Amino acid sequence: MIRINNLKKAFGPHQVLNGMDLTIPAGQATGVVGPNGAGKTTLIKTILGLVKSDSGDIYINDTHLNGNYDYRRQIGYMPQQARYPEQMIVSELLNFIEDLRGDEPVYKQDLIKEFNLEPELHKQLRVLSGGNKQKVGATLAMMFNPSILFFDEPTAGLDPRSSFIFKDRIQKEKEAGKTMLITSHIMSELEQLVEHVIFILEGEIKYYGRIDELLKVNRQERLEGAIAKLMEEPAP
Amino acid sequence: MMRVYWQILRNEFQTLLRAKWVLGYGLIFLLLTDTLFRFAGGGTEVWVSVSNIMLLLIPIISLIYGILYIYQSRDYLELLLTQPVNRSTLFWGLYTGISAPLTVAFIVGSALPLGWHGGLADGSASQLFLVLALGSLLTFIFVGIGFLMGLWFYDDKIKGFGFSIVIWLFMAVIYDGLIMVIIFIFGDYPLETGIIAVTMLNPMDLARILILMEFDISALMGYTGAVFNQFFGTSLGTIASFGMLSLWLVIPAWTGLRVFKKKDF
Repeated sequence: MIRINNLKKAFGPHQVLNGMDLTIPAGQATGVVGPNGAGKTTLIKTILGLVKSDSGDIYINDTHLNGNYDYRRQIGYMPQQARYPEQMIVSELLNFIEDLRGDEPVYKQDLIKEFNLEPELHKQLRVLSGGNKQKVGATLAMMFNPSILFFDEPTAGLDPRSSFIFKDRIQKEKEAGKTMLITSHIMSELEQLVEHVIFILEGEIKYYGRIDELLKVNRQERLEGAIAKLMEEPAP
Repeated sequence: MMRVYWQILRNEFQTLLRAKWVLGYGLIFLLLTDTLFRFAGGGTEVWVSVSNIMLLLIPIISLIYGILYIYQSRDYLELLLTQPVNRSTLFWGLYTGISAPLTVAFIVGSALPLGWHGGLADGSASQLFLVLALGSLLTFIFVGIGFLMGLWFYDDKIKGFGFSIVIWLFMAVIYDGLIMVIIFIFGDYPLETGIIAVTMLNPMDLARILILMEFDISALMGYTGAVFNQFFGTSLGTIASFGMLSLWLVIPAWTGLRVFKKKDF
């Protein structure tokens, strides 16, 4: 479970998170949408502790975040841009993270197989294609079987086949009862993957609820139309 | 905690060794000492010359490598920060993971030629020790300053490198020039105590003076040298000098840690 109270963060004069309140129950898959610069990535990075909030509280599975770090064991994170130390070899990177955490990976071999990463394992990360780096990122995020998963625009660099495999994997994780946050600009993809959606605009949550209800209220067939409508609405 | 620290340290060593340039860095000192042994025949002259090169080379290399490291490892930092790793542990792992291999390269490179040039001449053991100790201290100090600059100017590399070069230039060249100007202008006043105080603020000057004292060549500096000798030659002077160097060791690294802990990645 993720609980956030009155979370604020400004970068210089720019208020990125503007007093955000949010509760995501355990086992819920949630899409995060909003225009570029709305604060989606900042929200995820703040929960991870990469970005330090100015004020507000975050609870992860009832642990209050106050500079502690062990809670990150429960979170798998796949960043928007998969960038890793370039000279490192893929298998080395995976082993290093394993040693660093001191955890036994649960799905490492499964994920390597599913994403067809075997031929890449002994290559340096700098020669990997963008898509293959993304797959390494997905493997790192899921191999320790964490209860919470963050995917920041996960399929942006994936070819259709990999994207399909990835979504299939997400379905499995969902069925396993994982709490998930997925940001994406591809609405049709979110419709496949999640039931709940958060719409963020200028650092505030404008809508949080079930996708089917959002569609009903806005009399739209598709999520894309409903979100477009939300974006057009003048600020109250 | 310690396990995480060792994992990070080990990974740094591996990465540095693979990049091979740290071996080149050690090789420079190896060739230098070896050449000096061949020409000067060992003893004091060798270590004075090594210390002269070391005083200029170590700060600039350590500084540049420190800052370059921060800029090159952004992805690595972000990856590690998403793992259950304490920021302080990570910082010390990276800091010692860079400083230690550089120090080892310097010490091994400088001392190895002793093996085939017949060991230490009489009385030069303490000289060798001082040169190696000061070189190691300067490595840690300037990697710390480089880290600090890299973290301060995280998104502005040009500024970061610019300031680093200026810091080195200031400490290595301009600082002494300024002291000379002060001595020249206010030559009629008793300045020695003030000059000693000012000298102590610059780690490169401090190291240089400690070496001058050890090698007993302060007489070359005339009256100022005599005054310096009166202060730095005493055990109080030595303790004060190493105290100041320790401050230089602690303050940039500690400030870097504070910046690192508050930083948004």
